[in-house]
Amino acid sequence: MTPLLAIGPAPLELERIAAALDASAGPNGGAAGAVVTFLGLVRNHNLGQRVRYLEYEAYEPLALKAFERIGAEIQERWPDVGLALHHRVGRLEIGEASIAIATRSPHRANAYAASRYAIERVKQIAPIWKREFFDGGDMWIEGATADPDDARARAEAERIACA
Amino acid sequence: MRVTVRLFARLRDIAGASELARDLAPGATIGTVWQQLAGEYPALAAYERSISSAVNADYARMDHVLRDGDEVAFLPPVSGG
Repeated sequence: MTPLLAIGPAPLELERIAAALDASAGPNGGAAGAVVTFLGLVRNHNLGQRVRYLEYEAYEPLALKAFERIGAEIQERWPDVGLALHHRVGRLEIGEASIAIATRSPHRANAYAASRYAIERVKQIAPIWKREFFDGGDMWIEGATADPDDARARAEAERIACA
Repeated sequence: MRVTVRLFARLRDIAGASELARDLAPGATIGTVWQQLAGEYPALAAYERSISSAVNADYARMDHVLRDGDEVAFLPPVSGG
C-alpha cells in the first residue's frame, strides 16, 4: 500500500502515488474532476555550472511532519483537495525525479493551486538539503530558513499558488 | 543530563559528525547547546541567524528548555524540492 506522504531512497512512481490518492478518496472518489501531478527533476545545470548529480539528505521524521503540516494547510485553504507527496533522498542522477506531488479535486483550479502551494511550502519548511556535484567540486544548496510558523512565508506561497 | 545532537548538511560537514552526545546542566536550552557547539566549531557561528532547531523531531525555538534524553537537531537553511 503506497502511503500518501513519504520520504525515502526509492525511485518515485507518479502513477502509484496518484493511484494511492484515488484510493484514499474511498466511495467519494467519483466527486473528483481533476488530478494534477507534478514531478521535480534533477537538472543538468545550475548557476552557470554543469551539474553531474545531486545528493539529497533529510531529517526524515521531521520532513514527514512538515508534509503533514502542508497537507493540513491545504485542507484549510482548499478543503476539497486531496494531496499525495513523496520526496526522494540519496544520490539522484540527472533527469531523475526528486519530488512527486499529486493533488485531486472536483475542480482543476484548486488542484493546480494546491499543487503549486505544496512545492513552494516544501521549499520553505521541509528539512531537506540538496548537495550539487559539479565538475571540480560540490556545494550544499541553502535556501530558506525553515520556520513553519512564519505567516509571511505561508502567505507568499499562497500568493504564488493563486497567481 | 545528556542529550543527543543531530547535525545536517553543511553543519554536519563542519562538525565532522552527524550525531554528538552532550552533557548539560539542568535548565539548559537549545540555545545553550548551540553556543557550546559554536565554541567548539567556530565555523558554525556563521549560521547563528539562519539555522532552525528541533527537539525530538518537532520544530522548537532556541529558548526551549531541554530534558534528559532529548534529541536536539540543528538545521541549516533548507533546499528540498
